[in-house]
Amino acid sequence: MIKFFLMVNKQGQTRLSRYYEHVEINKRTVLEAEVIKNCLSRSKDQCSFIEYKDFKLVYRQYAALFVVVGIDQTENEMAVYELIHNFVEVLDKYFSRV
Amino acid sequence: MPAPIRLRELIRTIRTARTQAEEREMIQKECAAIRSSFREEDNTYRCRNVAKLLYMHMLGYPAHFGQLECLKLIASQKFTDKRIGYLGAMLLLDERQDVHLLMTNCIKNDLNHSTQYVQGLALCTLGCMGSSEMCRDLAGEVEKLLKTSNSYLRKKAALCAVHVIRKVPELMEMFLPATKNLLNEKNHGVLHTSVVLLTEMCERSPDMLAHFRKVRQLSSSQLVPQLVRILKNLIMSGYSPEHDVSGISDPFLQVRILRLLRILGRNDDDSSEAMNDILAQVATNTETSKNVGNAILYETVLTIMDIKSESGLRVLAINILGRFLLNNDKNIRYVALTSLLKTVQTDHNAVQRHRSTIVDCLKDLDVSIKRRAMELSFALVNGNNVRGMMKELLYFLDSCEPEFKADCASGIFLAAEKYAPSKRWHIDTIMRVLTTAGSYVRDDAVPNLIQLITNSVEMHAYTVQRLYKAILGDYSQQPLVQVASWCIGEYGDLLVSGQCEEEEPIQVTEDEVLDILESVLISNMSASVTRGYALTAIMKLSTRFTCTVNRIKKVVSIYGSSIDVELQQRAVEYNALFKKYDHMRPALLERMPVMEKVTTNGPTEIVQTNGETEPAVLETKPPPSGVQPANQANDLLDLLGGSDITPVIPTAPTSKPASAGGELLDLLGDLNLTGSPVSAPAPQIAQPPFLLDGLVSQPLFNDIAAGIPSITAYNKNGLKIDFTFERSNTNPSVTVITIQASNSTELDMTDFVFQAAVPKTFQLQLLSPSSSVIPAFNSGTITQVIKVLNPQKQQLRMRIKLTYNHKGSAMQDLAEVNNFPPQSWQ
Repeated sequence: MIKFFLMVNKQGQTRLSRYYEHVEINKRTVLEAEVIKNCLSRSKDQCSFIEYKDFKLVYRQYAALFVVVGIDQTENEMAVYELIHNFVEVLDKYFSRV
Repeated sequence: MPAPIRLRELIRTIRTARTQAEEREMIQKECAAIRSSFREEDNTYRCRNVAKLLYMHMLGYPAHFGQLECLKLIASQKFTDKRIGYLGAMLLLDERQDVHLLMTNCIKNDLNHSTQYVQGLALCTLGCMGSSEMCRDLAGEVEKLLKTSNSYLRKKAALCAVHVIRKVPELMEMFLPATKNLLNEKNHGVLHTSVVLLTEMCERSPDMLAHFRKVRQLSSSQLVPQLVRILKNLIMSGYSPEHDVSGISDPFLQVRILRLLRILGRNDDDSSEAMNDILAQVATNTETSKNVGNAILYETVLTIMDIKSESGLRVLAINILGRFLLNNDKNIRYVALTSLLKTVQTDHNAVQRHRSTIVDCLKDLDVSIKRRAMELSFALVNGNNVRGMMKELLYFLDSCEPEFKADCASGIFLAAEKYAPSKRWHIDTIMRVLTTAGSYVRDDAVPNLIQLITNSVEMHAYTVQRLYKAILGDYSQQPLVQVASWCIGEYGDLLVSGQCEEEEPIQVTEDEVLDILESVLISNMSASVTRGYALTAIMKLSTRFTCTVNRIKKVVSIYGSSIDVELQQRAVEYNALFKKYDHMRPALLERMPVMEKVTTNGPTEIVQTNGETEPAVLETKPPPSGVQPANQANDLLDLLGGSDITPVIPTAPTSKPASAGGELLDLLGDLNLTGSPVSAPAPQIAQPPFLLDGLVSQPLFNDIAAGIPSITAYNKNGLKIDFTFERSNTNPSVTVITIQASNSTELDMTDFVFQAAVPKTFQLQLLSPSSSVIPAFNSGTITQVIKVLNPQKQQLRMRIKLTYNHKGSAMQDLAEVNNFPPQSWQ
């Protein structure tokens, strides 16, 4: 199950966030900050799946924007990776220059 | 009041803020404007304001005052209003807010709206945040929509149904008839969401699962064949621009179907058989050059592993995983390692083939991959590859990140214990771990190691020498220093005498040894526990070393005034030992006997062998060295697993059992240690029972004088076997049977062997017979002792087998003994 979907830029500013489970509003910012910290500390040739607390993060970087999806154990990580790309392609088609 | 700014403007303004404080200020200003606008009940701009509010909410600012406005928007007739209203409802309202129930009526009306887009909105919102009451009320509407022919609505209705089922599981049956036709659609959207719905139903309810699996009237409506057909179409069909992702047709749907097949096929032979072909087809036909193909293959592998597939298919799956491991892409390797970890239990041999690749992954830069590779390597270690694997793992331990070291060290210890090819190798490995990752080793490893070292008697000299050399250089790693000080204390004499066969013996003087132990004591880096170890070691050396006793006395007396209470107590006691009880010192500080490894299944009240590392504190702990092994012998026989363990032969000094026992008793009785000197050895007679039972000179079992009648177990061909019984005082489940075999014929019986077997609930132990020749004419007997453990107090039965040579021919006989007297086993 997808727990959350985030688009965060390199400075840590949230551009889009969608939570599919209830998370307290003040905890959200903390979560986002930690997640982006984890993602920024990875280098280019490391794998895109991070284990964070009790779920996995799948992240993908597009220029200065990180798209991060939090999933639980039942999901296929690689399918979610594809989903992220699909989503970005859809946004690209719909809004022209993304 | 000027028209409120648009959302885009707001976003642009917020982005110009350079600091967090500036941003907060802007947002507060805007919030105030929005609030006043809400108060004015301004219909035209309401949707704009709510949109801005939602954006601010996403950034993390409170927006609860917009909830009612969302409701007003939902109730409006304009589509743009409804759209924002429903979005706001999804983000801001959930079960915890009271106002959400007010939406129910709106949603109901909208579900029956003429425009499909409005209906769609309502379905989305219900599916996102509907509470159980709302779901119960509106489930009927959703079900109706599930049956429409409009595919746009159908797919949304299916997802909404998933949410309803999650919230109110009892309503699952309501959706069952509607699912019959769901998979007949052409539209991929509907197919996808239907598969999700079916998956959810099957996961939630085993009844549903059984229902979907069973054979129905029309074979075309069976679920598994339908899914197989859809999957086949997806793979076989040509290029379809609508669904194409990098050359593969709708991979998301393929993955979903594979997952549903997995759930259907788990533990079910028929379904698994039906899907074998398609799985093989997917596995072989999917292109692996892009991530998409690999995602599908990964799901396929997971499915193959989970269902009852045939072995050929399983091998195919593991080979795919092996290929993944060789791929350059990190994601794929990570995924492969994760799946291999899941399958290593069931398909161990197949995974072994890829061992070298897995071991290479240990050297990867990526943390996630390293962790997976480490776990997998531990799962793969077995008797054959332990040397090679251990080398790699030790190298890994050297170079890995600190977060791994503790886990890796524990894993290495476990593996070494299970598969060590030789004692020397085992000790070398442990030494290596202690020196490289000494400070990360878990605390419970230290007693285990010590016990292991005592068990390998022939390696003592070698071990103590290596440990000594290790701490000479560096004594900061606590577990290493603890083990080393313990060993030096025990085997210091071997160290100084320089007798070591395995390695170059080093020349060490007693003073040098004491130097190192003293520096451990003094050092700031040593923990309190470590200092305790060192002090005890120094004390033990007072009996092993000959020329430095005075130095030891001095050290011990210095610590008598230490601030650390534990050290002070020890030092004071040792001092007393020197002054008043000097004659007991050698007995007390004797070398530790070999500790038996206690099986972990046994009862836990046994004298813990690990506790023997600290023998010195007399008051608080059970009596040390000489007494404990015999206690163990008693307790070992209590253990259920006791039949394989021979009772430990106590090595406590036999020279003065009586007096040592007596004086120990007095010490124990005399709590202050300042009491009057013990002159005469106190009589051993009226004593605390636990101590006496342990002393060497005592028989371990007492007969009960009013004995149990003995029986004749066997009497044939001149051979007569009598059983006499004794019951143990300390343990009522143990019966000791003494057999006496006599021969009334005129020729001797030679090579007599007596064997016995008892039912499974009993345990039997046969001690050695007095001889193997039974002389003729009843002139002598063979005596043998059997110990039977009968914890469940069942009736004793025994089958015996006798083999002997008589009159030049070999004789053999089997008999059953059933006439045991009740007192022998009750």
